[in-house]
Amino acid sequence: MTAVKVADEHPLDAIIRADRMPHIWCPGCGIGIVMRCYAQAILDSQVPVDQHVVISGIGCSGRVAGYMNIDSYHTTHGRAIPFALGIKLAKPELMTTVFSGDGDLAAIGGNHLIHAARRNVDINVICVNNFNYGMTGGQVGPTTPRGARGTTAPYGNPELPFNLPYLVSASGANFVARWTTIHVRQIREDILYAFTRPGFTFIEVLAPCPVGFGKSNNIEDGLEEMELYRQRCVLVRDGDVRGDDLNIDLREDKPIYVGRFADWDRPPYEPVTVEMK
Amino acid sequence: MRVYARTPLDISKVIVPRGQVHLIPERCKGCEICVQFCPQNVLCISDERNQKGYRIPMVIPGKETECVNCEFCTLVCPEFAIFTLPWNGDHDG
Amino acid sequence: MMDDRRVLTGKHFMNGDEACAEGALAAGCTFFGGYPITPSTEIAEHLARRMPEIGGVFIQMEDELGSMAAILGASAAGARSMTATSGPGLSLMMENLGLAVMLEIPCVVVDVQRGSPSTGLPTMPGQSDVMQARWGSHGDYEIVAYSPWSAQEMFDLTILAFNIADRYRSPVLILCDEVVGHMIERVVIPPKEQIDHWGRKRPKEPDNGRYEPFKVEDTDLVPPMVHAGEGYRVHFTGLTHDERGYPDMSAETHHQLVTRLVNKIRHNVDQIIRTEGYYLDDAQILVVAYGCTARSAQRAVREARQKGIQVGLLRLISLWPFPEVLVQELAEKVETIIVAEMNLGQMSREIQRATGHPVRGVFHAGGEMIPPETILEAIREAAA
Repeated sequence: MTAVKVADEHPLDAIIRADRMPHIWCPGCGIGIVMRCYAQAILDSQVPVDQHVVISGIGCSGRVAGYMNIDSYHTTHGRAIPFALGIKLAKPELMTTVFSGDGDLAAIGGNHLIHAARRNVDINVICVNNFNYGMTGGQVGPTTPRGARGTTAPYGNPELPFNLPYLVSASGANFVARWTTIHVRQIREDILYAFTRPGFTFIEVLAPCPVGFGKSNNIEDGLEEMELYRQRCVLVRDGDVRGDDLNIDLREDKPIYVGRFADWDRPPYEPVTVEMK
Repeated sequence: MRVYARTPLDISKVIVPRGQVHLIPERCKGCEICVQFCPQNVLCISDERNQKGYRIPMVIPGKETECVNCEFCTLVCPEFAIFTLPWNGDHDG
Repeated sequence: MMDDRRVLTGKHFMNGDEACAEGALAAGCTFFGGYPITPSTEIAEHLARRMPEIGGVFIQMEDELGSMAAILGASAAGARSMTATSGPGLSLMMENLGLAVMLEIPCVVVDVQRGSPSTGLPTMPGQSDVMQARWGSHGDYEIVAYSPWSAQEMFDLTILAFNIADRYRSPVLILCDEVVGHMIERVVIPPKEQIDHWGRKRPKEPDNGRYEPFKVEDTDLVPPMVHAGEGYRVHFTGLTHDERGYPDMSAETHHQLVTRLVNKIRHNVDQIIRTEGYYLDDAQILVVAYGCTARSAQRAVREARQKGIQVGLLRLISLWPFPEVLVQELAEKVETIIVAEMNLGQMSREIQRATGHPVRGVFHAGGEMIPPETILEAIREAAA
C-alpha cells in the first residue's frame, strides 16, 4: 500500500446525489454518518432501489432527502410522518422511510409520531437526535437535557426532555432502537432489520452537532462528542434497563444505554377491506 | 511485527487483509474522526489543505502497510470522502 | 377492481355531503384522510363505509394537519386523494396547501363552511372562508375553488375538482356550506362511461438518470407528473427549486418558479372558471351570489322580474380564480351591482376591485340562509 490515493468517486456515489457533494453539514456533524449507513442499507436490502422512498421534514437532518438518489420528498416541518403514511397506504409495495431530526419528529411532529406508532403503520423512522434545532442556529428542543444551553435558553434549559425510545415504545411501535454515530455497523444492521419488520420501526441515533449544540455546551467538536459516546455507551440487554435510565445527559458521567429496546410482533396497520356479496 | 505469548499453530495460514486508503479531497471537512477512530492508527492530519481550506488526512509515513481494510473510516466518514478498498498489489510511491 | 361499486348509477335521494363523497368515488378517488368536523363529518362517515367496498383507503387522521399531509403523500404515490373539513380545519391545513402548490401535487379539499370565526356556529351555514381559501397560505399562489349550490352540484363539481386538480397539478377546493352539505335532494348519477376522467400529464420519456421533473415544455406551464416508485428517482422539496427539483435558493430562480406556478392557473382560467347567468341580457341591476345564497337570489331576481324590474343574476360556480373579465363586462352594462353573501363582504371586495364600482351589499355573518325577501328588498331599493 501507499499513501492515500486521491479518488474522484466514492463507492456509494450511485445511491447518493454525488453532483451535490460536498453536502451542507458542518465539519464533525453526525448526520452524514447516519445517511451513509442508510444508503448502505438500501443497497444491501432485498428491496430494489426504485422501491425505496425517503421522506423528511425540516431541519439539518431533513436535508438528507435532497442528497439521496432515490424518490425523495422534503416536506413541511413535522409532517413527514403523515406524508409517508399517505405514500405507504396508497402504494404498499414501497419501502417507506422517514428520515428526520429530534425537533421535527418530537416537537412539531410529536402528535404524528405517537399516532403513527400507535397505529403501527408499516413505515420506518430514523431520528437523528442532536439535542437541539441545528439548522436554525442551536435553539433548545424537546430532547435538550435540562440545564444545557441553547440560544433560546441562555441561562440553561429549564425543561425536562423527552426520552424518545421510551415514548415511542409506549405508543406502540413494533421496533425501537437507539445507537450513536460511533455504532456504524449496528445502525446499518438495525436499519436492515427495520426494513424486514412489519409495523412501525423507530431508530434513534445520537449525533454530534458541534456548531449548534456543542459550542454552547463545552463540547469542542464532533470528534469530542464521539469520544464521549465511546466512553459512556453501554449496550442494553432485554429488560436490563428502567425507563428513566434511558435519559441522556452528556455532562453526567452516567451510562448512555444503546441497543434494541422493543421488538414486538403487534399487527401492523391494514386499511379495512370488506367482502362484497 | 506482532509478538505472541504463544504463537498460534495456524499462523502461517492466517492472511491479514491489507487495504488501500482512498480520499476525495474536495469533500473532506477536516473533522478528524477517521484519524481518531482508526483501530490501527494509520492516519494523521496533514498540512495539506483542500480548496475550502480544510486539512485533509494522510497515512502516517512508515504505516503504509498497516491498513487492514477494516473499513471503519469508510463507515464513519460523514462526508463520503475517505474509504478503503482491498490493496491491489500496487507499489507506487 | 370493484369498478361497478364506485359509480352508483341511478337516481338517488341523498344529502349534499354524501353526494360529494359519491362524486369522489365516481371520479376514482382511492384515498381519503380526514378528521371529523361538523358539518363535513358525513363525508368522512360515508367514505368510511364506501372506501373499503371499492378497495380504497379511508383513514381518520389525528388532526387536520396530518390529514392534509397524508392526502399529499397518497397523491404523490399516484392516488386521487381527498379530505373534507370546515373553516377551523381549513385554517390548520394552510401550510400544507402551500406545500401542495409548491410540489404541484393534485388533491381535492372540501370545506363545508359554517359560522365563523373561531368555533362559531358548528351546525349552521356560513360563507366566510372565501378569502381564506384564496389567501390563507403564505406566499403568492393561485387557488381553484368551486361553490356548489345543490346536492347534484356537490356530486358534479367534485368530479370536476378532481379533473382540474389532475390537469393543472394543483389543490382544488370545494367551498360549500352547511346548508348545501346537509340538504337532501335528488342526485342523478350517470353511467360510468359518461363521467369525464382527465388524467395527469405523464412523462413521455423513460428515466435515463437525467430526468428533470419540474421542466416545463408545454404552453400550459404544467410539468409532467412523476409518482413515487416509478424509477425516476425524483426529489420533491418545498424549498425553492430548479428544474431538477434540487433546492436552488436564488432570487432569480424563486421569481421564475413562483411566477410559473401562478401563471399555470392564470393562463388557463378559460378552462377553469364556471359561472351561470340568469336574465343578464337586458339587466340594469346585477345581483352576484354563490352557494346556497344564490338560491335565495334566484328567487328574488325572478320575483323582481315579475314586477318589471330589469335585474339579472350572476351565479359564481367557481369562486377562484375570480372571473375578472366577465364581471368587468357586466359592470359596464349595468347601473348597480348587488352582492349577496353570508359573510361581511368578502366577494364584494373582489367585485369592487375588479370593476372600480361601489357595490351594494346584502351581508350576514352567518347562521341562516339569507331569505329571498332581503335580497328582493335590496333590488327594489336599487331600482327606485
